[in-house]
Amino acid sequence: MIIRVGLGSCGIAAGGNEIYNYLHKNIHDKQWSIDIEPTGCIGMCYLEPLIDVVLDHGVIYTYGNLNPEKALDIVEHHLLNQNPLQDYLVACSNEANQGLEGQVRVALQRCGIINPESIDDYIYSQGYLALEQVLSLTPEQVIVEIKNSGLSGRGGAGFPTWFKWEATREEKIPVKYVICNADEGDPGAFMDRSLLEGDPHTVLEGMTIAAYAIGAAEGIIYVRAEYPLAIKRLEIAIEQANNRGFLGTNILGSPFSFQIIIKQGAGAFVCGEETALIASLEGERGMPRLKPPFPSQKGYWGLPTNINNVETLANVPWIIRHGGESFAAMGTDKSKGTKVFALAGKIKRGGLIEVPMGISLRDIIYDIGGGIKEDKQFKAVQLGGPSGGCIPAALLDTVVDYESIKKTGAIMGSGGMIIMDESTCMVDIARYFLHFTQDESCGKCVPCRIGTKRMLEILENICAGKGTPGDLDRLETLAAGIKSSSLCGLGQSAPNPVLTTLKYFRPEYEAHLEDKKCPAHQCKALLTYFIDPKRCKGCTLCVKKCPAQCISGQVKEVHVIDQEKCIKCGNCLEVCPTKFNAVVVD
Amino acid sequence: MKYCCGEQQDTQSSRSEFEPLTDIIARFKEEPGSLIPVLQKAQELYGFLPIPLLNHIATELKIKKAHVFGVATFYAQFRLEPVGKFLVLLCQGTACHVNGSDRIEAALTEELKINIGETTPDTFFTLDSAACLGCCSLAPVMMINGQAYGPLTPDGARKTIREIRQKEEGKEGEPR
Repeated sequence: MIIRVGLGSCGIAAGGNEIYNYLHKNIHDKQWSIDIEPTGCIGMCYLEPLIDVVLDHGVIYTYGNLNPEKALDIVEHHLLNQNPLQDYLVACSNEANQGLEGQVRVALQRCGIINPESIDDYIYSQGYLALEQVLSLTPEQVIVEIKNSGLSGRGGAGFPTWFKWEATREEKIPVKYVICNADEGDPGAFMDRSLLEGDPHTVLEGMTIAAYAIGAAEGIIYVRAEYPLAIKRLEIAIEQANNRGFLGTNILGSPFSFQIIIKQGAGAFVCGEETALIASLEGERGMPRLKPPFPSQKGYWGLPTNINNVETLANVPWIIRHGGESFAAMGTDKSKGTKVFALAGKIKRGGLIEVPMGISLRDIIYDIGGGIKEDKQFKAVQLGGPSGGCIPAALLDTVVDYESIKKTGAIMGSGGMIIMDESTCMVDIARYFLHFTQDESCGKCVPCRIGTKRMLEILENICAGKGTPGDLDRLETLAAGIKSSSLCGLGQSAPNPVLTTLKYFRPEYEAHLEDKKCPAHQCKALLTYFIDPKRCKGCTLCVKKCPAQCISGQVKEVHVIDQEKCIKCGNCLEVCPTKFNAVVVD
Repeated sequence: MKYCCGEQQDTQSSRSEFEPLTDIIARFKEEPGSLIPVLQKAQELYGFLPIPLLNHIATELKIKKAHVFGVATFYAQFRLEPVGKFLVLLCQGTACHVNGSDRIEAALTEELKINIGETTPDTFFTLDSAACLGCCSLAPVMMINGQAYGPLTPDGARKTIREIRQKEEGKEGEPR
């Protein structure tokens, strides 16, 4: 019997380490013949901490929402009674289908299954087979295979991967670089982190294949310093791969040599942009420059450089093993393969999923994600983070492919998918994203540096009830200017969250502007809290909880809020017992 | 700003003061473009990057002081001011935002009596925000010295801070 404990960042945050240590100690003390090992994120973050009980005949029982005692209870039950404990059981199935209905796993095929710190686990699950295979092909043949697969950049732009590889390969300068972009900066996106934490070798293998195809001898993984666990597991993986001859000089006895180093990003969202990333690697402030020349022509230290995103590279070994056609068989006409998404926000089953391109947003949100928390009304889904947009309920049947998503005004992005319900204010969301991009603007070009600031000021005024007529037109004019004249993708896409919310939720903006009301009850300045005298029983709970001491009334007297003094913190609404529901917000 | 990047430093005394950094600088000195790793290692050693330290790095790596200052202030990771014993990072990710992180922020600033980016006078707590901690399923979430807490309520956040403070004050009261 093997016990696997989910120890991705989310699992650890939810208490996975305590479970691992507790089980480990008990197994050791009681001398049970059970193996216990860590694994990455299986994607069911809403059920963390999770453990898997893998029986000798291969059946896997997955349990969720555990604590150390419950976990021990489960293990004992399996050991003594030979049957699963139904109470915390999430799924029971074979390895191919672990409660992941509706999903197709290519990039994430091993996440949450193997021990990410064990190269043997990786090799045992067909790891490094693709590299071996590639070494018997010519670099041109490898590029053709990737071309056949239709793989495109998963970082957001969706640029064909083979094209980048070939462009870098064709440069005449002999020294070339491969860079893995692991500077995942979109708030609400954690695909790359989970991949690096759950299956680091697959990224190394993908990078090595890319290096072979383009003729590079050096690779750099640019990873956020905020991902300490991913860095640790990458370091372990690189050392193991070097020791086993999958990296280093004369890989697997061939003339091909390749080494990988890790460089830590220092926290700048703009460094996800290729030229800014290179500037940062060279020890400069991460500021983008004009393209062309593209990094494939003049990249790191002015030399040809190929930059791919983590998820893109993680798809490569699978494509080589199964053939480009198998990958291209999934998805739509123009968008091939699968895409990993991080589901978060007001969704029941938040976590990491991988779905074939062409699936509808509705299927993702309702079938895989289980629908909206507390069965509230779906309002919008935000795709593509600060560069993306909000897609409303009317467009829920939009299918996930680069073109269809783009038509809505949003972008596919790197894979963050935030679900919003009726209690989310779309003006506030636009303000939130503009605040983010304005903060992260590197300041090099004027449209982005000053334009986002002006847009943010207008949005802040609208949310504060100080909007003026013509604000929406001003927002649109600014957005058009910033989009067309910013230097890099950050600025060019920064207005998207505002434009999409203006397009689909204009009445909500107008309510803020004209009626000075926030229909979703989020914008504090526009709210009024009052107590319904018919419902108030005078329990004094709200009186006691009011930090501004602006609620008057004694026991069994109707309470009254002094509107002049009210700071709109919402404490009274929160503490008013549901049986009374006397506090009303408008 | 207390200091200026052009402030003159006595090279001799700064050398001995930053002795622990010697090995790191020696390791990276010959490697072009290694300013960021050096700053990262220096911050690991000292907890933050005071201006004299930045100037010392500039001298040793033969880079202009203004350039080092520019890089150190560009990236969110680098701190020019010391941090408290407990670094409270409040997640400002989208999932946390839609799940009410602003109310957690209000509770934390009220409880600690400081704003985001500040340190309490007793140097126990520094309150800061993070773009996204990546624990979106625990939203709203905060991280204190690497440990994540979530899903939070305003009262839960206050309670966590109070518990840490009580524990710390208990420690300080113990006989040595």
